Amino acid sequence: MNDQIKSIAVASAVAAALAVGSSAALASGANEKCYGVSLAGENDCEAGPGTTCASTSTVDYQGNAWSLVPAGTCESMELPGGRMGSLTALDRDLPS
Amino acid sequence: MSVCHSEFIDALLDPQKPVPNGLASRNGGTAKRFAVYRNKFAVSLTEALEAQFPVIRKLVGDEFFKAMAGVYLRRHPPESPILSKFGNRMPEFLSDFEPVEHLPYLPDVARLETLIRESFYSKDSSSISNETLRSLRPADFLESRIIIAPSARTIQSRFPIFGIWRANARGEGNPTNRPEEALVARRQFDPELYLLPDGGCEFMRLLASGHRVSEAADLAAARRPDFKLDQILALVLSSGAATELEPIKHNSGERTLKCG
Repeated sequence: MNDQIKSIAVASAVAAALAVGSSAALASGANEKCYGVSLAGENDCEAGPGTTCASTSTVDYQGNAWSLVPAGTCESMELPGGRMGSLTALDRDLPS
Repeated sequence: MSVCHSEFIDALLDPQKPVPNGLASRNGGTAKRFAVYRNKFAVSLTEALEAQFPVIRKLVGDEFFKAMAGVYLRRHPPESPILSKFGNRMPEFLSDFEPVEHLPYLPDVARLETLIRESFYSKDSSSISNETLRSLRPADFLESRIIIAPSARTIQSRFPIFGIWRANARGEGNPTNRPEEALVARRQFDPELYLLPDGGCEFMRLLASGHRVSEAADLAAARRPDFKLDQILALVLSSGAATELEPIKHNSGERTLKCG
């Protein structure tokens, strides 16, 4: 394969991937994991050691439990007591 | 009270065996209680297999699958408390299970369903950003390495593995009559299956083992004159199988992907 053929292939693949990427993001409704917003027992599943799994959160708005929410809405979510949603795990409202 | 572990397992797996010695319950009825437990053990594992191999189940039928699951769970009882790994020996089991000898593609279908499950449970990663893709010149791209996502899996079969899966899992299309390669990848939470253009599995294996894009393309094209770099690369980039582009200086993040 000569370099020119490879360069053309790369350019075309990148263009295709960029096109698919933007349409797929719209189509899937792009959700994001939002920490600290689930009511007790209503969180989605977290993976990895020491974290919680679906429906295992024991306090409301537990900081290390998450729910899937539409992309872009998590960090603007306002909750009782001045709490906000977060894209990363929080250390507030952990079960004692 | 003491019960020998191996005796307990033997009795658990074989209804003909007597209740293990030393087993007792607070208010009698030990034999009946043990029978309930034995039944529950088999039923729950059968249900786990049904959930793990929906396409195999569809191909052989519900009733046959249930009976076959009974044989499987006694031949390969769980080796780990992690239920999602319980079906991992299904491919080898199917390759020497006589009643399905006439369906030689079953082991590969089971292998594929196992890969889909592995992909589901693997670590999340993000795709190469659009900014990176836009900013990189093709010549630099070719001299980079593509880091393959932890959730990516490849399979190569002498059967139309993608077509068989799609027809049964999605009810779309009819399987062709040629060997196929497929890619399992996920961008968010659910794994997707993609048909790989011929040579795609070998190309991805080369990428995963640390070859630069350019080298991997040359090696893959040398083995297959009809190798289509643009199609395969577009799939690798858009499926979530590629997580990072790395200039060639570093030497980390190698993974092993299998073709076969």
